[in-house]
Amino acid sequence: MSKIVRTITNLFTPFILMFGLYVIIHGHITPGGGFQGGAVFASGIALLIVAFNSKKVQKYLKEHHLSVIESSGALMFIGLAFAGFATTFFFNVLVGSPIFGQIPPDGSNPGFIWTAGVIPLMNIAVGLKVIAGLSAIVLVMALSSSNVRIEE
Amino acid sequence: MRKIATISSLIIVVILFVACALLLHPFGQPPADMDDYIINNAQGETGANNVVSSVVFDYRGYDTLGEATILFTAVTAVVMLFRAKKEETV
Amino acid sequence: MTESLFNIPFLAIAALIGISFYIIITQRNLIKLVMGIVILESAVNFFLVSLGYRSGGATPIYTNAPEKLMVLPVPQALTLTSIVIGVSVTALMLSMIILIYRHNDNIDAEKSRRLKG
Repeated sequence: MSKIVRTITNLFTPFILMFGLYVIIHGHITPGGGFQGGAVFASGIALLIVAFNSKKVQKYLKEHHLSVIESSGALMFIGLAFAGFATTFFFNVLVGSPIFGQIPPDGSNPGFIWTAGVIPLMNIAVGLKVIAGLSAIVLVMALSSSNVRIEE
Repeated sequence: MRKIATISSLIIVVILFVACALLLHPFGQPPADMDDYIINNAQGETGANNVVSSVVFDYRGYDTLGEATILFTAVTAVVMLFRAKKEETV
Repeated sequence: MTESLFNIPFLAIAALIGISFYIIITQRNLIKLVMGIVILESAVNFFLVSLGYRSGGATPIYTNAPEKLMVLPVPQALTLTSIVIGVSVTALMLSMIILIYRHNDNIDAEKSRRLKG
């Protein structure tokens, strides 16, 4: 792409990726969560693929590493679902315990981060899954129209 | 003949949808018994300020598990479709 | 003010569904067919969110909330799942269109019908 597009991409990409991570982590206080923040992060990676050549992006972001990130996100989600299996399947087992377990005061309040039990950890797991999945889709589709063989 | 059948069936379907849209509840007053319980009790039981997050991950977490499975299957299928053919070794 | 709206959002949904059915039935170019399917999915998501509106309600989040009268949160959770399913189906359809173009050299729904060897 032209020089103007490459310069603006170099300036703006850290801010887009940081905003995506902010939306994932503050999912239990502000609007947002795992799926929304993962979509913002993946559109930042799509901006990189469009502005620079997709072969150059593939040198740093191989499909093998993306597959490992997605599988670890899925395993973390299922592990957190089974953590409260003594009572029932998706039980929120960390409410009341000192790690993530404060209960906010009733009604309107400024938000507190260390609340809400298992929910922030589930947000991070689903966020990793969506980041790796959508980046893999965009990268594979962009590579297929530039005559590069995809390795194992 | 084909155009007459297409346009007449489309008009019948759109008239049915418009009749259903006029028979629904009035726009600002939905029937809400389950949601009143969730709005009043979500802060005490789950401890989250965001009621939509606690509905997605705590009250209806099984649907989120199904959706994660669908996303995983779709990504696997797309990467499989663009794989180059290997040489046959006899 | 909103009592005199007379269900206008639901009538808009009926019009969008009629337009998308017309596109799906009569277009021959495959990319325009995919656009018709995406319009249908957007209309259904819009319908789900507009079922849960309460007059004078606020966002269902307790951080600095102005009042306790809130919009219903459960249809918003169902719409989240529906959007992700729509993205997955669109990605698969577009990948198949790329493969059909590589094999046949044109994208026409009437010509790519028989199974060739």
